[in-house]
Amino acid sequence: MAEMELKSVRKAYGRVEVLRDIDLTIGDGEFVVLVGPSGCGKSTLLRMIAGLEPITGGEFSIGGRCMNDVAPRDRDIAMVFQSYALYPHMSVERNMGFSMEIRREPTARRKGPVAEAAKTLGLDRLLDRFPKALSGGQRQRVAMGRAIVRDPKAFLFDEPLSNLDAALRVEMRLEIARLHQRLGSTMVYVTHDQVEAMTLADRIVVLNAGDIQQVGTPLDLYERPENLFVAQFIGSPNMNVMDAAPGQGGLILGSGAVLAGPEDARHVGIRPEHIEIVEGGGDVTAEAQVVERLGSDTNIYTEVKDIGPLLVRVSGNIALSPGDKVHLRFPPGKVHFFDAGGRAIRAARDKVQ
Amino acid sequence: MAARTRNAPVLSAGKYLAVAFYVAFALFPLYWLLKIALTPERLIYSDGTALWPSTVTLDNFRTVIFASDFLGYFGNSVIVSLTTAAATSMIAAAAGYAFSRFAFRGKRWVVVLMLLTQMFPLLMIIAPIYKIVASLGMLNSLTSLIVVYTAFNIPFATFLMQSFFDGIPKDLEEAAMIDGCTRFQALRKVILPLTLPGLAATLGFVFTAAWSELLFALMLINSNDAMTFPVGLLTFVSKFSVDWGQMMAAGVLALIPSCLFFLFIQRYLVQGLTSGAVKG
Amino acid sequence: MTTAHDNHATGMPRSRFGRAYFRYAVEPWLYLSPAVLLICFVMMIPLAIGIAYSVQSINLLKPFDTGYVGLENFAELGDDRKFWRAMTNTFWWTFGSVTLQFFLGLGLALLLSRPFHGKRAVQALVFLPWAVPTFLIALTWSWLLNPVIGPLPHWWAAMGILEEPYNILSNPDTAMWGPIMANVWYGVPFFAITLLAALQSIPHELYEAAEIDGASRWQSFTKITLPFLGPMIAITVMLRAIWIANFADLIYVMTGGGPANSTQILSTYIFTTAFRALDFGYASAIAVALLGVLLVYAAILLFVRAKLVKT
Repeated sequence: MAEMELKSVRKAYGRVEVLRDIDLTIGDGEFVVLVGPSGCGKSTLLRMIAGLEPITGGEFSIGGRCMNDVAPRDRDIAMVFQSYALYPHMSVERNMGFSMEIRREPTARRKGPVAEAAKTLGLDRLLDRFPKALSGGQRQRVAMGRAIVRDPKAFLFDEPLSNLDAALRVEMRLEIARLHQRLGSTMVYVTHDQVEAMTLADRIVVLNAGDIQQVGTPLDLYERPENLFVAQFIGSPNMNVMDAAPGQGGLILGSGAVLAGPEDARHVGIRPEHIEIVEGGGDVTAEAQVVERLGSDTNIYTEVKDIGPLLVRVSGNIALSPGDKVHLRFPPGKVHFFDAGGRAIRAARDKVQ
Repeated sequence: MAARTRNAPVLSAGKYLAVAFYVAFALFPLYWLLKIALTPERLIYSDGTALWPSTVTLDNFRTVIFASDFLGYFGNSVIVSLTTAAATSMIAAAAGYAFSRFAFRGKRWVVVLMLLTQMFPLLMIIAPIYKIVASLGMLNSLTSLIVVYTAFNIPFATFLMQSFFDGIPKDLEEAAMIDGCTRFQALRKVILPLTLPGLAATLGFVFTAAWSELLFALMLINSNDAMTFPVGLLTFVSKFSVDWGQMMAAGVLALIPSCLFFLFIQRYLVQGLTSGAVKG
Repeated sequence: MTTAHDNHATGMPRSRFGRAYFRYAVEPWLYLSPAVLLICFVMMIPLAIGIAYSVQSINLLKPFDTGYVGLENFAELGDDRKFWRAMTNTFWWTFGSVTLQFFLGLGLALLLSRPFHGKRAVQALVFLPWAVPTFLIALTWSWLLNPVIGPLPHWWAAMGILEEPYNILSNPDTAMWGPIMANVWYGVPFFAITLLAALQSIPHELYEAAEIDGASRWQSFTKITLPFLGPMIAITVMLRAIWIANFADLIYVMTGGGPANSTQILSTYIFTTAFRALDFGYASAIAVALLGVLLVYAAILLFVRAKLVKT
C-alpha cells in the first residue's frame, strides 16, 4: 500500500512560514499534481514528502507508517529532479542501476532491470555513454529510467520537463502518462505549467502562498473553481474577471450592463472561450484591439468601455480587424460569481443554470 | 571603426612586444639560476656576467646531490610538505563540506575565526609557538613543523574546498540519498569522485606553501638532521658563501617540486587565489 | 512509535532532539571540529600568549630576569629609533611593492584578456614566478644583484643608472629597491590572475554595445572596465597591502634588515628580535604594535569597502 497522508503538515524556516496546515491524502496508484505559481511552496512540499526537507510540524505517513523521521533512503520512493541530477562520473547504465548498486545487488542481477527500463525508454544504445554526451531529452529519460529501476512505491517528479523545449515537453509528458498507466504506481508531480497539470493528473492540488486553494480533478477545477485564484490560475488563456455591484435586476457591471446573478457577488468571471460574439444585442459592446490568428482558434483582445480589457477566444477563423466593434454575450451557465473575499458562490450559480 | 582597423598592425606589434617583455621578465631570473648552476666552477668569474655559458657541466649538481647534506634536506622537506598537504586537504575538505552543505548556528563565527587567522601577522605567534614546542620537547622534530603548517594552511584550504563543493549541485547528493545512500555513502560514491580535481588542486596549493616556508622552520629547527630545504640552503649560503655554482644547483633542485606542482594546479590558480591563497 | 505519535499530536516539533536535529545542528560540527581545534590550539591560543608576552620580560638569554613588566616594553619601543625606522620602511616597502605589482599586473591582465597566438603557453610562463619558493626568489635576486655573478649591476652601469657596477643591496640608500624588485617579480602574477578573472566576469555584450554606441577602445576601458573593476580592485589592493606588510621572508634572506637597518621593516624586526636576540618579550611588543597599525588600517579598509558597496 502506498497511500500517503499529510496531516496538518507545516514548514517554517525560522519565523518564515512557507507551508501552513497542509491536509492531503494521496491514494494508492493515484497521479497527483501539485501546481501553483513560483514560491507557493509546492517544491518544498514535495521535498518534505521525499524526506529531503525536515517537517516542522504535523505528520506525514506512507501506508499508515509515520515518515517524519525516516531517511529518504528508507522511504522507498524515487524522484526525478528538475536538473535531472545525473551522476556525471557514471555511465548511463551505472546511473540507472545505482540504487541496486547501493543495495549490493550482484552486477549480473542489475543488468536485467536496467536493460528493460532502457528499452522502454529507447535508451538501449546509449548505456555506455556519460551524461555530458547526452541531449536534454535523453538525460531526462535516463533520470526517469533511474527512478524506474529503483522500483519504488511512489514516484516524485520535481518540474521534470521545465528544461526541455516545447516539442520534447509534449513527448515526455506522454511518456510519463504511459509510465503511470503501465506501472500503476502512486505519483506526485510538481509543476507550474497548468497544461501539464491538466493533462497528467488524476487530481490537482492548487497551492498559493503556502495554502492549499483547491483539490480536485482537472475538470472540477476548470468548471467549478472554488475561488478567484484557482479560476484565474487554471485554464489557458486566463479567465476574464470583471467587477460587479448589486443593483436593479441583478448585477451591474462597470459599463452599466445588467447580468442575472446572486446579489452578494462582487466579481464576475468568464472564460475567453465561453464568450460568444453575436450580431446585435449581447451583454456588452467591445472594440477589438489585437487579433491573434492561431489557425485552430482566434484570440481577440478587446477593450470594453468602463470595464477594461476582455479576451475572447473563438474557434476557427473569423473576419475581424482591429478597431471593429463587436457585441459580446455571456451565456448564463458559463458565468462564475465570486463574493468580495473571492470565494465562489456556487449554489447561486447552479440556481441560475 | 575604420581608425581601429588601420591601427591594428601597430597595436598588435606593441602587444607582442609587451608579451615578450613579460615573458622575459618572468623567466630571466630562473634562467640565470640555471645558467650559473651549469657553469663549471673555474669559469664562474671569467664567464661571470656573459649571457651564455661557454661550457656546460653537471658537476655542481653531482656535488650537491652526492657530496652534501642536501639530499637529506630535500627528503625532510618532501616529508613535511607531503604530510602537511595530505593532512590539510583532508581536514579542510571536511570543513569545506560543512560550510558548503549545512546552514547551522555558529557558522558565521567559524568563518570570522578563519578570516581572522588570515589577517594578523603570523610572526606574532612565532615566539609563543617556539616556547610551546620547546616545552613539549618537540624542537627539531618534523612533526611539530607539520602540525604548525597544517594549522596555518587550513583556513585558506577550507575556503578553497568550499568553492569546489559549492560547484557540485546539491541535487546529486539528494538523488543519491533517494537512491538509497546514507549521507556518508553519498559523499563517498558521488561527491568525492567529483571533488577529486579540487582535492588535488588543494593538495598542490598547500604543498607549494609548505615547501617554501622558511621563518618558522628556522625558528623550530636547528639540528642538521631535521633541516628542511630552505633552512639547509640558507645555512649553506651563510657558511660557504663562495660556492656559487653549488648553491644555484641546490636552488634549481628546490625549484623542481614547486614547478611540478605548479603545472598541476595551473588550471585552478584563479579559484585558489580568489579564495585567499596563503602564499598570495 | 506510540510515544512519538503522542508527542506529535501536541504539535511539538518532536524531531528537535531526534535524527533531524542531529543532522542539522550537530553533524556540521563533527566535520568542522578538527579544523577549528587545530586553528584554536596552534594559532589563537599562541596569539593570546603572544599578546601576554608583550607585557612581560622574556629573554632566553637572561632566563632569571623573567616576569611581568607592565608597559615597559612599549615605553622602550617609543625610544627605539630602529623601531621608528622600521615603521617608515614598512610603509615604503608596502607602498612601493603594491604599486608596482598592481600596475604591472594590470598590464599583464589586459594583455591576457585578449586572444593572441600562443596565449596558453605565455600564460603558464608568466605565472610561473608565483610558484617559486620565496626563499629561492630572495636568493636568486640577491645573486642577480651581485656584481660578481649577476648581470644587473653591469647592465645598469652601462645604461648610466649606476656610476659603477656595485651591489645596490650594500648601499643603505638603494638597498630597499632589491627586495622590492624581488617582491614585484613574485607578486605580478597574483594581481594578473585576480584581475584577469575579474575582467573575464564583465559580460562581453557590454563592450559590443559600447562599440555600437561609438565608444573608442580607450572609452570602453574608462567607461566600462574601470567602473566594473573599481570596487574589486580597491579591496584586493588593500588586502594585498596587509599581506605584504607582514611578508618578511624576502627581506630577511636578502639583507637581514641591513645595511644599517635601511631595509628593516616591522615584521623582519620582530623576527630578528625573536630569532637572533631571543628577546621574546620585546619581539611581542613590536608585534602588538604592528597589529595595532594593521587594525587601524583594516578599519579604514572596512569603511572604504562599505562606501564602495553602497554606490
